[in-house]
Amino acid sequence: MALSITPGEKYGFFTDTSICIGCKACEVACKEWNGLQSDNTVFLADSFDNTGALDAQHWRHVKFIEQVADAPTSVGNGQAWLMMSDVCKHCEHASCMQVCPTGAIIRTEFDSVFIQQDVCNGCRNCISACPYSVIGFSSASGTAHKCTLCYDRLQNNMMPACAQACPTQSIQFGKVDDLRAVAAKRLDAVQAGGAKNAQLYGADDSVYGGLNAFFLLMDKPEAYALPNASNSVLPGRNNLFGYLAALVTAALAVIAGLVALRRRTEPRPAPAAPVTPDEPAEAPDSAERPPAEEPAPARGESRRRRRSS
Amino acid sequence: MTNHWRDLKNTDLILINGANPAEAHPVGFQWFMRAKLDRGAKIIHADPRFTRTSAVADTYLRIRTGTDVAYFGGLINYVLENNLFHDEYVRNYTNAAWIVKDGYSFKDGLFSGYDANTRTYKVDTWSYEQQSSEGGPNEPNPGLVQGPTQPGSGFAATDYTLQHPRSVFQLLKQHYSRYTPDMVERITGIPKADFLKVAQQVGEMGKLDKVMSIVYAVGLTHHTTGGQLIRSAAILQLLLGNMGRPGGGMNAERGHANIQGNTDNAISWEILPGYLKIPAPGQKTIKDYVDQSASKASHPNSWNFFGRNYSNFMVSLLKTWYGAAATKDNEFAFDYIPKPAGNASWITIYDQALKGKMEGLFLSGMTASSIGPDSNQVMDALGKLKWMVVMDPLPTTSSEFWRRPGADPKSIQTEVFLLPTTHWIEKDGSFVNSGRWVQWKEQVIQPQGNARHDHWITADLLDRVKKLYQSGGGKFPDPILKLTLDYKDPLKPTLDELLQEMNGKDLSTGKRLASFANLKDDGTTTSGDWIYTGVYPDPSAPTVAGRSDANLSKRRDGVQDVAKNDPTGMGFFPNWSWSWPLNRRVMYNRASADLQGKPWDPKRPGIQWNGSAWTGDVPDYPPTMNPSDPAAWLPFIMNGEGTGRLFSSSMVDGPFPEHYEPMESPIANPLHPSQSASPVAFLYDKAAGRPNRFGTAKDYPYVATSYRLTEHEHYVTQHVPHLVGLQPQPFVEIPYELGKKLGIKSGDRVRVSSMRGRLEVLALVTKRLGPSIIDGKKIYQVGIPIHWGFVGIAADNDPSKGKNWLANALTPFVGDANARTPEFKAFLVKVEKL
Repeated sequence: MALSITPGEKYGFFTDTSICIGCKACEVACKEWNGLQSDNTVFLADSFDNTGALDAQHWRHVKFIEQVADAPTSVGNGQAWLMMSDVCKHCEHASCMQVCPTGAIIRTEFDSVFIQQDVCNGCRNCISACPYSVIGFSSASGTAHKCTLCYDRLQNNMMPACAQACPTQSIQFGKVDDLRAVAAKRLDAVQAGGAKNAQLYGADDSVYGGLNAFFLLMDKPEAYALPNASNSVLPGRNNLFGYLAALVTAALAVIAGLVALRRRTEPRPAPAAPVTPDEPAEAPDSAERPPAEEPAPARGESRRRRRSS
Repeated sequence: MTNHWRDLKNTDLILINGANPAEAHPVGFQWFMRAKLDRGAKIIHADPRFTRTSAVADTYLRIRTGTDVAYFGGLINYVLENNLFHDEYVRNYTNAAWIVKDGYSFKDGLFSGYDANTRTYKVDTWSYEQQSSEGGPNEPNPGLVQGPTQPGSGFAATDYTLQHPRSVFQLLKQHYSRYTPDMVERITGIPKADFLKVAQQVGEMGKLDKVMSIVYAVGLTHHTTGGQLIRSAAILQLLLGNMGRPGGGMNAERGHANIQGNTDNAISWEILPGYLKIPAPGQKTIKDYVDQSASKASHPNSWNFFGRNYSNFMVSLLKTWYGAAATKDNEFAFDYIPKPAGNASWITIYDQALKGKMEGLFLSGMTASSIGPDSNQVMDALGKLKWMVVMDPLPTTSSEFWRRPGADPKSIQTEVFLLPTTHWIEKDGSFVNSGRWVQWKEQVIQPQGNARHDHWITADLLDRVKKLYQSGGGKFPDPILKLTLDYKDPLKPTLDELLQEMNGKDLSTGKRLASFANLKDDGTTTSGDWIYTGVYPDPSAPTVAGRSDANLSKRRDGVQDVAKNDPTGMGFFPNWSWSWPLNRRVMYNRASADLQGKPWDPKRPGIQWNGSAWTGDVPDYPPTMNPSDPAAWLPFIMNGEGTGRLFSSSMVDGPFPEHYEPMESPIANPLHPSQSASPVAFLYDKAAGRPNRFGTAKDYPYVATSYRLTEHEHYVTQHVPHLVGLQPQPFVEIPYELGKKLGIKSGDRVRVSSMRGRLEVLALVTKRLGPSIIDGKKIYQVGIPIHWGFVGIAADNDPSKGKNWLANALTPFVGDANARTPEFKAFLVKVEKL
């Protein structure tokens, strides 16, 4: 049963959402292995999701999207209540890597995208650049964080903690080429079973040059607040608009920082006051993300962004 | 489970009722998905809510909670009416041919023998007609080779043509003829057309090359009709010939780790270890006890193994407990053990406390205040005790009940002790899973602080009580003073020693036994739980076969070498842990093969006769009994009939399951409005003269059901930050349409109240719940997750400190007519926006 993981090969995840049961074992296993914190006290009133988004303390996030027919009988088969364990995609064209000014973000010997904590200067460019809002900032370390594809486990021939914990093998880890073959077969089976909207996402180069962590989705990417092949524009350094946006970001960040400083001196609201889902995101966070660079995630936008730790 | 988790991969169709395995058993759920992915099995989930299980099911049916008897009844009727049952199996492997006594009847919702004053049945008409010397209906079975009829033997009259009007088969047909698709729709809310689609799929499963598994959990047991809900499903499985077969069976998913082990070892008051009945008043000898407790053979070919061995198992148990003090001359100390005259089940405990009849209470491994039912009444009961000891690793709502929000500690006189115990990661021992596998586990960390093992606290208590008897004397000291404590340190028994004790030994050789077949009633053997005999045999036993450790629950020969460790390819993995009884992986597996011993489905054999022995799984049958022998036993060796019981006199509420409405219901029972709810469920408040605590649909118009979420385990994970983060605050699930009607949006605070109490939490409005048309009336069902209370991280984060967060404040103080398991799953509420 021993797993052999070979440097120089391309590794990743195939997340098959058709068999995800939303148990969140991936979230917990990830936190346990990577020593991440859980400080959430707020009910998001968004199906069974109380994680809200990926950030510095959440490197796996199960999205719950309810499309269940209000009818006395219906078909499940992964098509009605969509559950998707989201994660860093380890993009072929990784915009975070492109905008990183210090070279902290590298591609490892397993072809994963990795933030070197000792090189990161906390500029947060990558946070703005990531089209999937994967990266978060930790005020404790002063650096950016995201999924490492369990780099330390791979170096020791262990699969990433989330894949290990997944009870239904919705999250499969392996060589990307092997996973793509598995995924193609699985897609055929799911479509033959009547899931007409089922599609692979990121298994080819149509989004960001291909994703090492790719998905079988049961609906179009927009249903999961994911950019699709036509609007997945790379906000990289070669993108003039990206430059301008970064400048705006910087300016806004300064203002927001001042606002935040001032707010810190103001009395805080009672901790128990329930946060409504349409509460605006916290100022520094939203300010540093120029709207132009957002992949228009209709769902994600209205969500409360978790405070960085 | 009659089968086991991995066996689900062998099935063609899975019916899930009263269960939510994707959330409650996510790890076991991998085998549901394997069945689906690898062999195209279908999953049909009937549930009041569209859950994470429904999300991956092929068909979801919105069923009104507590109406599964009608659902299964409709399926049974469909199978009978359309002749889709497995004829050979039904004729030979069930009691379809048995003839019921004249006098049995069912009319207007009542079986024969009902006494309205005591709300009980006299069950003498619920039995078989005896074989008589005057001939009569004693048709021999042409298919089954069997012994001659024996008038006066106590054997039942049979008619293998199944035509006798009082044959079980004809009575069954008659009983279920009322459960038409229209009636199913009126009661359950499942539209007739959708029900018929499911019935068609289920009807296919009576074919030899098809097999279906039924999976259930506390969504079936937590009803006043709980026992009969399960029996309904079992009858369906017997008719389809699916009991005993790989991929088939009745599969109960057991709750938190080791509830199966608890049940096996008599957690419940009416049984002794190994499901021996608790003795009853008036029984003075072992013979009295066995005569009144053990089943009797009702067919010449019935082995009646359990009934036949009852005294062997009981005497071996008494020898385990009382050692040398249990002798033939003193009936093996039978008079030392209690013969309770009254009920002592869960609700009864609090009923007695409410009546002021209890002085103290020990709670170990659970929290009464949260568990309920009717938590407010339970906490009133706790407040009437003089003292209460809570043995737990962490504070619970019971240890803190006297200072709960809104309570005045000065008015509660109960002295509460919290004894810190070890958590399961701080000790070794075993967990028994739903598939009956006893699996040893290691201690992960040393006990923290002053925590002690629960069983060490109990041993210390016993020692102190013994000393009190020794110094002060007492009316009847022997039952305490003569208890054996045959451990190296009687104050600190190890769990390894306890497992050896459960296994039992031959006192003449001192060697541990390998099988309960060796247990005797002459005082030469011991067994603390006969069904565990063989888990820890003598090192010389063939089952140990050169292993360094005779504790077979430690075996781990699994997928590291599939060819070697799963020789049949059926997923039995016989050398992975040990499953009771006798390491058998599928119970009743004789019924997986036909009369000649050939598997019904050669592709999925359980056991088969090879001409000289049974091979495959550990046979539930004598290993070398030739099936063609005229004296060969019938397949279900444990009961008196030797066959699966379509008709049974062992339930207090009827020989056939019947749909009764929950105690709180929005409608009168469409089958018999005059007898709407269970006629025999025990009504505690009424019997005790307390005010009525049942509400009606006029004041409480919505049906509610309570349940767990995958993110939490009961109440204990309120102390675990990672899990609290995933579901941080209490909420209720409101149907989208009802939310619109009441102006409630997701995230709003709402009050949900029943006649007994209230819950003030957040709302999650969803289309996963919706209206059902029940008997022409639109009914909404509301969902109540149970995990919160006034203890834990979430409560600490809230200024109200978890006031009105106990879900069981809503649930009714009433239980199943047989087991008295509370009706947590069906009650009436109203909902208001706060």
